[in-house]
Amino acid sequence: MTQQVISANRLSDGLVVYLVSDDSWSEWISRSEIATDEAAADGLLARAKLAEENRIVVDPYLVQVAEYDGEFRPTKYREFIRATGPSVRPDLSKQNFVRAAKG
Amino acid sequence: MYLYDEIDQSLVDERVVQFRDQVSRRMSGELSEDEFKPLRLMNGVYLQLHAYMLRVAIPYGTLSSEQMRKLAWIAKKYDRGYGHFTTRQNLQYNWPKLEDLPDILAELASVQMHALQTSGNCIRNVTADQYAGVAEDEVADPRVYAEIIRQWSTLHPEFSFLPRKFKIAVTGAQNDRAAAKVHDIGLIVKRNLAGELGFEVIVGGGLGRTPFVGPTICEFLPEQHLLSYLEAVLRVYNMLGRRDNMYKARIKIQVHETGAAEFTRLVEAEWGQIRDSAVDLPAGEKERIASHFVPPRYEISADAEDVLARLKREDAGFARWVDTNVFAHKAEGHAIANISLKPIGGVPGDATSEQMEAVAALADRFSFSEIRVTHEQNLVLPHVRKDNLYALWQTLKSYDLDTPNLGRVSDMIACPGMDYCSLANARSIPVAQAISERFADLDRQHDIGELKLKISGCINACGHHHAGHIGILGVDRKGEEYYQITLGGSGAEDASIGEIVGPAFAYDAVVDAVETLVDKYLAIRADGERFLDTYRRVGKDPFKEALYGAA
Amino acid sequence: MALLKDRQVVTDTWTHVGDDAEVPSDAPVIVTIARWRELRDSLEGRNAPIGVRLSTGDGPDAVLDDLDRLDLIAIPFDHFKDGRGYSSARLLRERHGFKGELRAVGNVLRDQIAFMERCGFDSFEYEGGTEASRALSAFHDVSVVYQTAADRRASAATLRNHPSRAFSNGTSG
Repeated sequence: MTQQVISANRLSDGLVVYLVSDDSWSEWISRSEIATDEAAADGLLARAKLAEENRIVVDPYLVQVAEYDGEFRPTKYREFIRATGPSVRPDLSKQNFVRAAKG
Repeated sequence: MYLYDEIDQSLVDERVVQFRDQVSRRMSGELSEDEFKPLRLMNGVYLQLHAYMLRVAIPYGTLSSEQMRKLAWIAKKYDRGYGHFTTRQNLQYNWPKLEDLPDILAELASVQMHALQTSGNCIRNVTADQYAGVAEDEVADPRVYAEIIRQWSTLHPEFSFLPRKFKIAVTGAQNDRAAAKVHDIGLIVKRNLAGELGFEVIVGGGLGRTPFVGPTICEFLPEQHLLSYLEAVLRVYNMLGRRDNMYKARIKIQVHETGAAEFTRLVEAEWGQIRDSAVDLPAGEKERIASHFVPPRYEISADAEDVLARLKREDAGFARWVDTNVFAHKAEGHAIANISLKPIGGVPGDATSEQMEAVAALADRFSFSEIRVTHEQNLVLPHVRKDNLYALWQTLKSYDLDTPNLGRVSDMIACPGMDYCSLANARSIPVAQAISERFADLDRQHDIGELKLKISGCINACGHHHAGHIGILGVDRKGEEYYQITLGGSGAEDASIGEIVGPAFAYDAVVDAVETLVDKYLAIRADGERFLDTYRRVGKDPFKEALYGAA
Repeated sequence: MALLKDRQVVTDTWTHVGDDAEVPSDAPVIVTIARWRELRDSLEGRNAPIGVRLSTGDGPDAVLDDLDRLDLIAIPFDHFKDGRGYSSARLLRERHGFKGELRAVGNVLRDQIAFMERCGFDSFEYEGGTEASRALSAFHDVSVVYQTAADRRASAATLRNHPSRAFSNGTSG
């Protein structure tokens, strides 16, 4: 089954953020709420678009994630770079992997 | 260099106030993102892969040490301690906050800088030869005209919503260091038989999805008609350029589809209506602008040459740097010093705040406080007396700015690629780093000679790969990063578009492929041939065979 | 919709008339270019002002033969990215000497009206998010201009080199 999270850029500072279950936005993909089916994904997107209307974030969209060695990571490399920072600047990276949402 | 008067300063100050208001209207919801986006783009603010990105204009690549210091300070205070010099002679910050941007723009305005029109479908930063004013082969300083065009194009009420972006380059020398022939408009400053100044006008060059070397539409345009002619070109483009498909909206498509002859006819017809109108500059304005571009008071030192020669004999490392990075200068006893931002294994074109401050201090000491940015992502100190080169080099060493690789294989152009840019399909920087490390041996680089390698992370070609002797284009093949190689491109006066050599290479294979190409060149080159010359002599096949085996 | 004219919010005395509606004989009306072509002879001698709304992408050619009969030309800006109307306006005003009202219609945004005015527009059908009277401040955002345009404001070059010319009539263009 497809597992997805919501990614966006925060309006005020432009940083990449992920939608958390309490409707807050975190820079850490490990905290993001994971949708495990299409209905849940639609629900995430609806909440994200509301945050966009409320000027919290810009351009939210769904990102596919999958489990690798017990951790969830984006399946696309571009999204991995977005989650972790430029690959050529380890000093600017976020130690940042998706972990399975608990509960 | 050009100094703002009250009028110039008013404009940038008022734009800061305007932008501050636009940001506030965005934050309050009065402006939606769709309405705000074109406004922020007109101030050079992108939303990128990791954060906002601010592209600061460095008009025709000239800046003062004071301006460089301000750029360093902004990087430290508002960003993450570094900036990236681009292929259009601008500077990019990768991490500014929207809420800080009005303050950042105010800081820039305080040193006569701005980020106007570095994005959006308008006329962008006008670029020029980085050796303007000091090159031996110069006909006239192109920056005078670049400044004239900069002002004319700034907040032009008719041309702020063009079909697509518009890039103009000006060169004033026989050796084209501004890549004029692959710009929307390229201007080559010339003298006619009567000795009068004017321009060869090239329209419709470009790289990207559909690269073209632009045709010449006017062999000699008298200099006083520069603005009316440009206005005619822009009006024909604005009214008739394609707007149905953003990938077909550049003027190069219009010129190609209309045909150069018919396009020229349209421009000339329009120009005929305005050439004697108020569009062109009044007498005196060109002189006023030109007065800012007179040479500094060079001090001649009788033994500068001898001092340089002796120090070269004494220090082989210094001699190597002089031989690769230092160019001949118009003024006796002086030289043009290139500062490489391509250290072996480094990120091409990036500079830390500390490095920027160091270059500013060196400019104060040795170059009349003037610095240039090249479209190949390096810096230049344009006015160095020869007997000061050694002290300059020693300081550069302590900041890792002394790499003696100008024009060599490790002096690559690389766009930010998928590490930074949301448009990219593949990363370009790590490929550049790996190639640089493979060719780290400076003796080997010297033996190879001039080799312009250019890497783009997507078809938009911000890395100018079409104009590389070796070009590398990153593509996405089923989620994997692959790299297509082109050969034989050039952005100089002998402009040409590179040819694809064969199937793309995986990320792990592309460095070997480049080395194979270089080794083949070394094996078959004739005396005095650069890589490009050998390619033009023998064609694609020997290189194709070396990479892929016999057909 | 608020009508901005001469840098004020004003009452609109004009009415846009749909292609299927009857054209009143005694009120200022704006008809589409298609309707104009259909009706132009029959509208000869009409007592009230007449205006034409161009279609997107129509250049000045669409109305060149009729400039002395038209009191108003409306140029549409459906999407802010389409900047053709700026050129059309300048040509109508500067090259062809149109003396009537040039009105910007469609999706007119606050941050465009200063550019539009410089291109020769004197009125704007404004529907943007900023309240109309506050939108007028856009005309004052930037006090200096580098280029000559339809509005005949003195360019920077003019002010710098011949200050007295700032007060003369502009040259033809």
